Amino acid sequence: MFFDHFYYWITVILFVIGLYTVMSRSNLIKKMIGLSLFQISVFLFYITMGKIEGGTAPIIIDQPDVVYSNPLPHVLILTAIVVGVATTALGLALVVRIKEAFDTIDEEEILQMEETK
Amino acid sequence: MSSLFTQAPILAIILPLLSAPICALFRGATFPWALTTIVSALSFSFSLDLLFHVAEYGAISYEIGGWAPPWGIEYIADPLSAFVMMVISGISTGVLLYARESILKEVPASRLGFFFAAYLLALAGMMGITITGDAFNIFVFLEITSLSSYVLISMGAGTDRRALTAAFQYLIVGTIGATFILIGVGLLYVMTGTLNIADIASQFDTIADTRPIRAAVGFLMVGFAIKLAMFPFHIWLPNAYTYAPNIVTAFFAGTATKVSVYLMIRFIYSMFGADFSFGELPLTTILMPLAVVAFLSMSVVAIFQDNLKRLLAFSSVAQLGYMILGIALASETGLTASILHIFNHAIVKTGLFLTVGAMFYVTGSTYLKDLAGIGQRMPITTFGFVLGGLALIGVPLTPGFISKWYLVQGVLERGDAIGYGLAIAMLISSLFAVIYIWRIVELAYFKPSPEGAPTGEAPLTLIIPCWIFIFGSFYFGIETSMSVGFAETAAKFLMGAVK
Repeated sequence: MFFDHFYYWITVILFVIGLYTVMSRSNLIKKMIGLSLFQISVFLFYITMGKIEGGTAPIIIDQPDVVYSNPLPHVLILTAIVVGVATTALGLALVVRIKEAFDTIDEEEILQMEETK
Repeated sequence: MSSLFTQAPILAIILPLLSAPICALFRGATFPWALTTIVSALSFSFSLDLLFHVAEYGAISYEIGGWAPPWGIEYIADPLSAFVMMVISGISTGVLLYARESILKEVPASRLGFFFAAYLLALAGMMGITITGDAFNIFVFLEITSLSSYVLISMGAGTDRRALTAAFQYLIVGTIGATFILIGVGLLYVMTGTLNIADIASQFDTIADTRPIRAAVGFLMVGFAIKLAMFPFHIWLPNAYTYAPNIVTAFFAGTATKVSVYLMIRFIYSMFGADFSFGELPLTTILMPLAVVAFLSMSVVAIFQDNLKRLLAFSSVAQLGYMILGIALASETGLTASILHIFNHAIVKTGLFLTVGAMFYVTGSTYLKDLAGIGQRMPITTFGFVLGGLALIGVPLTPGFISKWYLVQGVLERGDAIGYGLAIAMLISSLFAVIYIWRIVELAYFKPSPEGAPTGEAPLTLIIPCWIFIFGSFYFGIETSMSVGFAETAAKFLMGAVK
C-alpha cells in the first residue's frame, strides 16, 4: 500500500515536515526553510500527476500507439516554482531588514521587544 | 471606442501590469504617482464600461491570445466579476487621489518609484483574480497581489519598525494560504483534466462524490479563509493594517479581503454549486458559527484597542463575518447582502482609513492617547470620521444599514429559531460597534488635547478625497437602486448558474 503510491507519501511527508517547521521554529530563517519545503512538496505533487504509466516524453513521433505523459502540470509548476523563489527571496530580504531593525532574528525575542516598546 | 472596448477585459489588467516596471525606473515623487493615478483611472473606466455592458447584454468571454477555452485562458466579465472589478479599481483611484501628500510623510521620496510599482502590481493582481476564468491563473494573480502587498506593508517601516514583522508574518501565513489553494487546484485538475472554471463546473456533478474532490474543496476553502482573514485565520490582518502606510491600509481595507470573499463566492456558487456545497457538504454549519463568532468577538476586541488603525482593523474582521454569513445562508437574499456589503464596506472603511490618515498627517500618530481632543483640532476631518463611523454601525441612511437590512431579511427568511438568533447576534454586534465608535467620539470631542499637540487641518488634497468617500457612502446609503440593482443581478446570476 505504501509503495503503490510512494510518491504521494513523499509529498505528504515533506508537506507535514515543512508546515511543522514553520509553526514550531522561532528562528525566522528556519521558518523560511520550512516554508520552502512546504511549497516544494506541492511542486512534487504537481510533477508526479503528469506521469502516465508507460508514457514517454511528450514529443510527437509518427507512431500510432505511443502513450505520452502530460506536459501541462510541469509547465504549471514552473510558474509556481518562480513564485516560490520570489517568495523565498522576499522573505529573506525581510529577515535582513528585521535583523537590522531589531538586531535579532528570533521571533520570541522580537515579540518581547514589540510588547515593551 | 468600440474597437478599444472589445479589448477592455485585458486592458484593465495589462495597463497596470506593464506600467509597474516603468514606475520602478523613475526616481522622485511626482511622475510615478501621476502615472499610477492615470493608469488606475483608466482601469476604472474600463471596468465601468464592462459593468454597464454586462448589465445590458450579459456576460463577456475574452480569449487570451485567441486560444479558445477550455484550452486557452479565458477572461470572463459577468455581473459578479464586473461589479467587483469596478469596486477594486474605483477604490484604488480614490485612494491615489489622496496618496501624494500622505505617502511623502511615510516613505522617502527616493523609494516612491518602487512603492507605486508595487501598488500597480497589487492592483493588476486583484483585477486579474476577479476577471480570470482559469483556476491556475487565479493562483498566479493571487501571488502577484500577495508578493506586492508584503512589500507595500513593509514600506511602513520608516514610521514603525513593526511593519517589518507584520509583513513577515503575513508572508508566512499568506504563502501557506496560497499553497493550500494551489493544492486544491491541483486536485481539481487531476480529477477533471481541465483548469477552466466553467469546464470544471460542467463536469462537477459526475465526480462530486469522490475523495479527491472533497479534499480539494477543503484545501480551497481553508486557503480562501486564510486569505480573507476569516475568523480564526485573521491573525495576520490587524498587524498588517496597523503598521502599513496609511494609503496602503486604506487601499487593502477596501479591496484585498474583498477579492478573497469574491473567490469564495465564485468557487462555492459557480464551481461546486450550492447544492453540493450546502447539501452534501456541511458548509453552512461550518461557516455560519465562525461568521457569528467573528462579528461578535472581533467587535468586542475592537472596543479595547489603543490604536485607531488597529481598532478599525478588528472591525474589518468583524464586518467580513457579515459577508461570510451572507454566503453561508445559501439564499439569494443572503448572497445579495454579501455582494452589496463588499461594495458598501469597501467605500465606508476606505473613507474611515483615509480620515485616520489625515489625522496621522497632522499629529504623526494613530494612538488614541495622542488623538484626544482631535475634534477641536481637526473639526472637518473628525466630522468625516464620525459620519463614516455611523455608516460602520449601520445607522439608517448609510450604506451599512442597507447591507445589514438585506442580511437581516436573509436570516429571517430561514424562519426558524436560528434565524432569529442570528438577527439578535447581528443587533448585539452593531451595539458593540456603537460602543467603539462612541469611544472615539468621546475622546475626540470631550477630552482635552494634550499639551502642545499639533493643531490645524490637513491640506485640502487630503480632505477632499476623504469627503468624496464619505459623501459617496451617504449617496449610496440613500440612492440604493444602483448598488442594490447590481448586487441583485449578480446574486440572481449566481443562483441561476447553479440551476
